[in-house]
Amino acid sequence: MYEFEYERPLEISAALKAVDADSAFLAGGMTLLPTMKMRLARRSRLIDLGGLTELRGVRAASGRIEIGAMTPHVEVQDSSEVQLLLPGLARLAAGIGDPLVRNRGTIGGSIANSDPAADYPAAVLGLGATVVTNLREIPGDQFFTGMFATALAPGELITRVSFPLPRRCAYLKFRNPASRYAVVGVMVAETSNGIRVAVTGAGPQVFRVAAFEQALAKHFAPEALQGIKVPSDGLNDDMHGSAAYRASLIGVIAARAVAMVAVPG
Amino acid sequence: MNIRVSCVVNGTPVGAEAEPRTLLVDFLRNTLRLTGTHVGCDTSQCGACVVHVNGRAIKSCSMLAAQAEGAEITTIEGLAAKGGAVGRTGLHPMQAAFRAEHGLQCGFCTPGMIMTAVELVTRNPNPSEAEVRAGLEGNLCRCTGYHNIVKAVLTAAAEMRSSRSAASAESAHV
Repeated sequence: MYEFEYERPLEISAALKAVDADSAFLAGGMTLLPTMKMRLARRSRLIDLGGLTELRGVRAASGRIEIGAMTPHVEVQDSSEVQLLLPGLARLAAGIGDPLVRNRGTIGGSIANSDPAADYPAAVLGLGATVVTNLREIPGDQFFTGMFATALAPGELITRVSFPLPRRCAYLKFRNPASRYAVVGVMVAETSNGIRVAVTGAGPQVFRVAAFEQALAKHFAPEALQGIKVPSDGLNDDMHGSAAYRASLIGVIAARAVAMVAVPG
Repeated sequence: MNIRVSCVVNGTPVGAEAEPRTLLVDFLRNTLRLTGTHVGCDTSQCGACVVHVNGRAIKSCSMLAAQAEGAEITTIEGLAAKGGAVGRTGLHPMQAAFRAEHGLQCGFCTPGMIMTAVELVTRNPNPSEAEVRAGLEGNLCRCTGYHNIVKAVLTAAAEMRSSRSAASAESAHV
């Protein structure tokens, strides 16, 4: 790693004061530190958010699950409230990386990074969550703006993610066996605002599939997706899978996710 | 500019200078001379560097020493003393099981495997074979094919369950 300065503020206001154009907030560090070690990223200063205990924890409140930005995946996975009220999210968290990564990696760090193959973006978009920052509330539909790009302004800090409770939802991924990132991951949710289907891993950023949502709104069953082709234009095409392969997988994984929560008959 | 890192390692308070960019694994190995924790891939994939920080198993090549300020750390060197050493070997039950089941060949991955496995069994005292395999996903072994490692973890889990129930039976008599 190149040299950098390090600060560990104990209050959000101090963290915001310390940040400048050439610094980065350090959450769990599961992406930032490896990329800095490989000298793919260079920062003059890291502001470690590990001392900000107010950013950590899961809370159930008035029909929502609120997760502090610095909550590690293992605490979402283990939370009895998430398991009871939003089991699809607990299952998603339990499938991120490996147990050692889940002990460090955080929801805020994951979505701020907007990795095209990360799992949490599918939940934020698929469940219509709200990303709360020190400045504003950003709707899930507007948060992810591209590959490793988000609507966050420089120096803006995610404080929590607020998930409305869906009637039902399921997340399933076809994962790369080595990295455990999603080759294709699909969140299917029946929300109070209709059906939402969000796909991660397949494109440069997480995206919704309107054709699937319309078909599932008419009939929430795996067979409703039969014959609906997802275009492969613009999908990721790499050593893990061609764009056409990913396009095909989206339908398969989406149907299996629907089957997990569809009422038989 | 160096910073001061103070933490508790294997029950002993330690304080030392480190660069902000010093990784926890390098702080443990080079500064504290605790070389039982290994650097395998140095890219957070192999798990040879796993230690416990505040009771959680983490990859110490992907954490700064500075982030361990105030933390309680257990490395492979401190495991036996903390976890109830058994028999005349003085090993932790997980260490003893790796030995008995031949859960290692070259031994390079073993400290990380054991630290991950101890947390796994702490979280889930009676894991199935599938749960053990899933729980070890973050640790790579290039020798054994994992078979004997999985056997060792299951053996240690049984041993740790029976010693726990023996201990609670004993305390019930007191």
